[in-house]
Amino acid sequence: MSEPPGAAVSLAEGPPSADTPSKPLTAQRVLPLRRPGRWIATAVVLVLAAQFLHGLVTNPFYQWDRFGYWFLRPTILDGLLVTLEVTAYSAVLGLLGGILLALARLSRSPVLRAVSWIYVWAFRSVPLIVVLLFLYNFSALYRTLSVGVPFGPAFFSFDESKLATDIVIAVVGISLHESAYAAEVVRGGILSVDQGQHEAAAALGLPKGYQFKRIVFPQALRSIVPNYVNQLIGLIKGTSLVFYVSLLDLFGAAQSMGSTYPGDIVPLLMVATVWYLILTSVVSVAQFYVERHYARGATRSLPPTPLQKLRIAITDLRARARREAAV
Amino acid sequence: MTAETLLSTGATVEVHDVHKWYGAHRVLNGVDLTVRPGEVTVILGPSGSGKSTLLRVINHLEKPEIGHVSLDGELIGVRRQGDRLKELSERAILTQRGRIGFVFQNFNLFPHLTVLDNVAAAPVATGRLAKPAALELARDLLARVGLADKATAYPRQLSGGQQQRVAIARALALRPGVILFDEPTSALDPELVGEVLSVIKDLATSGTTLVIVTHEIGFAREIADRVVFIDGGRIVEQGPPSEVLDKPRHERTRDFLSKVL
Repeated sequence: MSEPPGAAVSLAEGPPSADTPSKPLTAQRVLPLRRPGRWIATAVVLVLAAQFLHGLVTNPFYQWDRFGYWFLRPTILDGLLVTLEVTAYSAVLGLLGGILLALARLSRSPVLRAVSWIYVWAFRSVPLIVVLLFLYNFSALYRTLSVGVPFGPAFFSFDESKLATDIVIAVVGISLHESAYAAEVVRGGILSVDQGQHEAAAALGLPKGYQFKRIVFPQALRSIVPNYVNQLIGLIKGTSLVFYVSLLDLFGAAQSMGSTYPGDIVPLLMVATVWYLILTSVVSVAQFYVERHYARGATRSLPPTPLQKLRIAITDLRARARREAAV
Repeated sequence: MTAETLLSTGATVEVHDVHKWYGAHRVLNGVDLTVRPGEVTVILGPSGSGKSTLLRVINHLEKPEIGHVSLDGELIGVRRQGDRLKELSERAILTQRGRIGFVFQNFNLFPHLTVLDNVAAAPVATGRLAKPAALELARDLLARVGLADKATAYPRQLSGGQQQRVAIARALALRPGVILFDEPTSALDPELVGEVLSVIKDLATSGTTLVIVTHEIGFAREIADRVVFIDGGRIVEQGPPSEVLDKPRHERTRDFLSKVL
């Protein structure tokens, strides 16, 4: 190298440039790179978004006054309640079924494994609407359901036509369908837990149930939660299919009102859309906190909540303002 | 609670003609080993020689194909029925494991539980202690491994050396008669090895039986009552460190020591 070792130093000591008359180079703030492309893209997107919003508000086609009229009507709220009920029951039953199916699939018994595999295969293959219509006509296939010795005497029997109300059909059908998907979500979560955790739990002699409930499953939940919430959001909207087994959920209510008041179809669909948006948003917020709960220990520190983020941003801004003022 | 009452007395471990294979791959080919109460045994051997498998057979994480292991004369994982051995129920095996501590190379602490809960989990889950007593024991054990101030931390907030010391405290919580160490310092940065070895050294004088698989020859010389050299799934030679490490009789032992020293 022919360069003298003092080359870098001489740059700092060289004649000061016009805009930094006195400060040495090392004490200066690095100016961020300018990105004109990003500004142009941002402007284009903002214009398009504004146009869309403007259209949404001013287009008479949406009839916002009718939207306001329908939004909190009892018929719509009754439908919303049905949607919530069917979703809640199916989400819980589907997850429980999914856990059982996943455990069966991961068990050492070839019969349990095969039954679980076939179940998942069957219910993932058949459209939910077909399952629902099948169940709706179930009472024609099997008149009574009974609990007893197979091929032998029965201890209890149910009269199907009394047991199978519309909501029961909906919940059973959706749960059967949902548990097939949940099974794969849960199985994936369990497989994502490090083998060393199973070994450590076994080496400590922890009872089998405790190993699953307290060691493996809580860790599996970290990957189960985002996937299952995804399922759940699909489920909220999937419940709109119960309309076809004559249950008036949110969509069903909007639909039936729409056929009575054909002029209001668009505002009614907007009412349903906005309610679905609200439900999905609530679930997404809940997801953030549930995920945060199960992230304990998985990361060195928990991700900040939106409120904490806001506080950090304000503190940062203040500190920056103070620095700028000092300079 | 004093340090002495935290530990039970050492157990005798006997390994009888143990064979283990995976398909055509033979890992252990007839291992016989007796470890006396309170003795510190260090197992050395090249990688793939079957050291870890032997350790895992002792607490029945691996089932031997032939042979058996006993702890203070009680068979592990099996019971005698006439002249045959029958597998025990999973529940019975889990109960037996409470008497055998195991420390893993990768610590395998439970990341979602605090350090204190990691240590207190087993005594509570197995019904040996009520929760308050288990937490008190866990605090004592953490103090013993020098981590009293880390009780509320989560494992991933600790260094590797600290995690391994928690893992040792966790193994001690069941007051095992024997503790098995599977390369306890192999996953650690060099400057963290010392803190873990000093905890093990402390245990070595406490009367608990220790069986340690390690590559730390200096450490073996310092604390081992007996060194066992394994190669090809067989014990090649065993004896006090002054013999096996300083005057090895077998060519393979000499060869191995010349590579690692």
